[in-house]
Amino acid sequence: MSAPLCKKEFYIQKFDFEHAGKAASDARKLLMDYGFDQQIVRRVAIAAYEAEMNMVIHGYGGTLILEINFEYIQLVAEDNGPGISDLKLAMQEGFSTASDEIREIGFGAGMGLPNIKRCVNFLGIETKPGRGTVVTMRVNLGPDAL
Amino acid sequence: MNLYDVASKLDATILTPKLDLSRQVYCAYGADLLSDVLAFTRPSTLLLSGLINIQVVRTAEMAELGGIVVVRGKPVHHSLQELACACKIPLLWTELTMFESCGRLYQSGIKPCIKDAGCDCHVCPSV
Ligand SMILES: Nc1ncnc2c1ncn2[C@@H]1O[C@H](COP(=O)(O)OP(=O)(O)OP(=O)(O)O)[C@@H](O)[C@H]1O
Ligand SMILES: [Mg+2]
Repeated sequence: MSAPLCKKEFYIQKFDFEHAGKAASDARKLLMDYGFDQQIVRRVAIAAYEAEMNMVIHGYGGTLILEINFEYIQLVAEDNGPGISDLKLAMQEGFSTASDEIREIGFGAGMGLPNIKRCVNFLGIETKPGRGTVVTMRVNLGPDAL
Repeated sequence: MNLYDVASKLDATILTPKLDLSRQVYCAYGADLLSDVLAFTRPSTLLLSGLINIQVVRTAEMAELGGIVVVRGKPVHHSLQELACACKIPLLWTELTMFESCGRLYQSGIKPCIKDAGCDCHVCPSV
């Protein structure tokens, strides 16, 4: 495995709705500066944003790591939050544990994880109740891009 | 129809006067749930929403939307205008309800954001 062409970490604060989305926005700008195809950028940006918001809302904050490789762009969202007790359920469209307050600001449709799945070529979620969640997402570059 | 036309149809105030509003919009989506917006819109879609927090602009930025119309006269904070301007997302503001705003735009030929709506913009994938 060759070293990534670029690696950047973003730190996400719990319930910080003022800055939430900044990491995904910065990641998106970086990809645009690299000159990636608009559709690729959009898919990575949406996945990054959903993962970031999940860490803000559900994961007690965390870290988003963007890596650009030759074959794919990778995002890893890591948190030390409560974990997801039923991952199969969490992946279903419409399932959400978000509070009414969260819904009032526009989140909690239960569409975030399904959205991520649609945007990426690879999605891996490791989660331990009480310990945290690591979401790994990859968008392929080159001929086998979606 | 461009965003100036949208503003006049909706009796809307333009909150980002520095941005170019001559860009065309073909389809629109009305929602107060942002993940729905991320799931069901295409680039250049016009978003109508009652949300006035920073996240509505972030969502528009990620999804590369054509602009945002804040409906039912919700008070917009200066910081939202500034972020919209920085992200180059045109922001309009109308006192009309979501229902009437959508109705007026639909009547003017704006399409819903579904795949077979016969959208003739150049960003929609040919599905
Ligand atoms: N990082 C995380 N830590 C703990 N729980 C999570 C995390 N991400 C998601 N979940 C759980 O999975 C559920 C589904 O997540 P998903 O992103 O699909 O929907 P949502 O965040 O509730 O709503 P939306 O994303 O539509 O705003 C959440 O309601 C939450 O219970
Ligand atoms: Mg979510």
